[in-house]
Amino acid sequence: MPFSSFLQFIVSGVTVGATYGLTALGFTMIFNTTGIINFAQGEFVMLGGMLAVFSMKWGGLPLPVAVPLSVLLVTAMGVGVDRLTIRPMRGKPAVSLVIVTIGVSILLRGGAMLIFGKDTHALPPFSEGAAIPLGGASLLPQSIWVVGITLAVLVAMKVFFDRTITGKAMLACACDRKAASLMGINVDVMVTVSFAFSALVGALGGVILAPITLTAYDVGILLGLKGFAACILGGLGNPFGAVAGGLIIGVLESLGAGFLSSGYKDAIAFVILLALLFLRPSGLFGKASADRV
Amino acid sequence: MSSNRGKGSAAGLAAFAAIIAAAPFLLPDYYQSVLIVAGLFAILSMGLNLLMGYAGQISLGHAAFYGLSAYASGILTTTFHWPVPAGIAAGVVLSGVTAALIGIPTLKLKGHYLAMGTLGFGVIVYIVFNEAVGLTAGPSGLTGIPRLSAFGKTFSTDREYYFVVWGTAFVLFVLARNLVRSRMGRALRAIHTSESAASVLGIDVARYKAFVFVLSAVYAGIAGALYAHFVTFVSPGSFSFHASIQIVTMVVLGGMASLWGAVAGAVFLTVLPEWLRAIEDYDILVYGAILVLTMRFLPGGLAEGAERARGTLVSAFRRKSPASAAAASGAEGRKP
Amino acid sequence: MSGSEPFFAGEGITLRFGGVTALRDVAFSVSKGTVHAMIGPNGAGKTSLFNVITGLYEPDAGAIRFSGKSLTGLPPHAVAQSGIVRTFQNLEIFTNMSVLENVVTGAHLSVKYGPLDFFLRTPRYFREERRLREEARAELSFVGLDADVSLPAAQLPFGSQRMLEIARALAAHPRLLLLDEPAAGLNIRETSALGELIRRIVARGVTVVMVEHDMALVMDISDRVTVLNYGEVLADGTPAEVQRNPAVVAAYLGEEA
Repeated sequence: MPFSSFLQFIVSGVTVGATYGLTALGFTMIFNTTGIINFAQGEFVMLGGMLAVFSMKWGGLPLPVAVPLSVLLVTAMGVGVDRLTIRPMRGKPAVSLVIVTIGVSILLRGGAMLIFGKDTHALPPFSEGAAIPLGGASLLPQSIWVVGITLAVLVAMKVFFDRTITGKAMLACACDRKAASLMGINVDVMVTVSFAFSALVGALGGVILAPITLTAYDVGILLGLKGFAACILGGLGNPFGAVAGGLIIGVLESLGAGFLSSGYKDAIAFVILLALLFLRPSGLFGKASADRV
Repeated sequence: MSSNRGKGSAAGLAAFAAIIAAAPFLLPDYYQSVLIVAGLFAILSMGLNLLMGYAGQISLGHAAFYGLSAYASGILTTTFHWPVPAGIAAGVVLSGVTAALIGIPTLKLKGHYLAMGTLGFGVIVYIVFNEAVGLTAGPSGLTGIPRLSAFGKTFSTDREYYFVVWGTAFVLFVLARNLVRSRMGRALRAIHTSESAASVLGIDVARYKAFVFVLSAVYAGIAGALYAHFVTFVSPGSFSFHASIQIVTMVVLGGMASLWGAVAGAVFLTVLPEWLRAIEDYDILVYGAILVLTMRFLPGGLAEGAERARGTLVSAFRRKSPASAAAASGAEGRKP
Repeated sequence: MSGSEPFFAGEGITLRFGGVTALRDVAFSVSKGTVHAMIGPNGAGKTSLFNVITGLYEPDAGAIRFSGKSLTGLPPHAVAQSGIVRTFQNLEIFTNMSVLENVVTGAHLSVKYGPLDFFLRTPRYFREERRLREEARAELSFVGLDADVSLPAAQLPFGSQRMLEIARALAAHPRLLLLDEPAAGLNIRETSALGELIRRIVARGVTVVMVEHDMALVMDISDRVTVLNYGEVLADGTPAEVQRNPAVVAAYLGEEA
């Protein structure tokens, strides 16, 4: 295996892994404020890509308009999902909430199939230009967009949680929802904000990845699952771990596909997930914590 | 009270047996194969309901246990020429042992880890079904699986197979009911509401969760092997994530923690698409809507709906009958 | 009384959550057949101590001994098997069960039938189930709960749910019963009935350790009181001794000021 192809696998792994990281970030934010895993997270990613494709195709919008529009629409849908399905279920057992988010995820997927059909679509890359040679490998300009936007999101989140009242309030909800509400923090609003945010980062992930890997109504299942694997790898609830976990899974998957077998590529993330659940459920970057009773 | 319930449940079982026995003679022949599939799903959802409805643990990979057994029995009887009963037994054991390997470490964790662990496991198994072409024949599927034959008899007609499947479903129903009304059933329901309260009463939470997970996988394994020797052909598509969701939906629609509900949910969701050919392509939307709406408006599922309907009917009947209305008003303010 | 070793004892129990020390070097001992109260301001670590004793939390250091055996590091169900059962401050009744089923579930460890018995419904299964129901009814009337036993437990009023939890714990035949704020949320009449109930529980030969804020109740029925403050033992003695202890007075006044 020449070094150049090794490098090529790393480059494409990092690109895809960055979007897994964004998906993982979405899981983490909703988990932090609500304590539930949102099984519809992958659908936000799918919708990000699909809505951008179809606002260009049907709406005739140029890419620089279609992309932010799609992200905004999905963010609004995130709010809708919380208001219509999660909030009415406040106080219900975790099993019921999980089932509701599963229901929402297949509703979104089915809806996308109904409206957009079953075909696979590509979004044009964000900027023109040929691949950039890099030590024998080649780097797509879109990869730079992907990594750049992921880093920008991380920085923005860091500022948000450290500097703004809303961000601090969200962290307070994460630590102790009851105490947060006693402190006058409106937990309902925080939950809605967290759904909006995770829809936003999910859609961003979907829209920046669509020019590279193509998109279809059913890509959300695998993207969501891999995002969750990334989330567990990084330590559930830890935003930076989530992105790091995404990068690790993306690179391992890319290397596995290259060196082992491309047919089993999609299984790699789940083998990692299962191995982690068995060996180190607190994740690589998480600390073992006592359960509250 | 308890003796009344005992009699009531015996009557319920007798009625169930009677319906099973009569159905193939009352319905057109075409329905027999539909009902066989419904019976397989009834077994699947009973098993999943023990895990999900009673113990409160979610498996999103139950189609994997269903498929493991179907493929194992199919491959052993076809490629390796095992007798069918031996193939079925091996398939069921494989499902159970795999569940133990997956479940024992995962169930020690709290929260949604089992849901995600089983989901990931389901995807891996699905990929293996597709990729291990030498063993499974890949996406095109494994053909030429023999029909069930045991004790020198081959169950070749649908009517014969119907009785095999629903007879098995009936036995599994009774066993599940007996479990539910025992020390173990109470322990599972205790775990569902509060693991800490259950554990400080001496209930070994991890062990019970692992047991019921393996048991539900064994139910899935039985259904899977019976499926393989009914359709004589298995392909990965029957055991995808979508199939796992289908089983979850049957449990939720039928009613969590209700075995009757599990059977009703399975039969309803198998027969419904037969009537509504139009929804064929969009059944995924229907499942999503059922999940969200049931959890929101009828968390006890069809079982709770039936209970409510009965309550409404009883009170409507009382209101109409003047004698009992007088009796009711006389008894007002007193506890019945 | 006679033994060199106390019936139940904790030694040097230390529990940390990240940087916060919830319990620091806590030691206390309980004599058989007594009522032992744990008091202290909110956040003093009383419930954490119960969680350590019952195995829900693993302490960072320390040992727990119960009638000659070490309980340190045992999982909760094994602690229960050794004869220690508890109730919870924020009621943990099984809301998916009837009143009677809650108590029958409490008797989990005493059930003498195996999987074959219940799968095949042997005579032993029926015999045991009948016994469990009779005993559960007896426990319910012992705690004075005369509600309809087939009612869903969640429909009971709050005070009755507290009694239900105690009945459920008693059904497990504990030798040591831990009550976590049993009087919280009860009215005066219910509280005095509770005091009388705890006396009857002790008369059955059960030793009681309780966390409680109701000082009248504590002073009335306790044989011994341990005061916790900021995760440390502040004082230990008879109710009268503790009441006179200046450090205790300061801690309580300080909290209210």
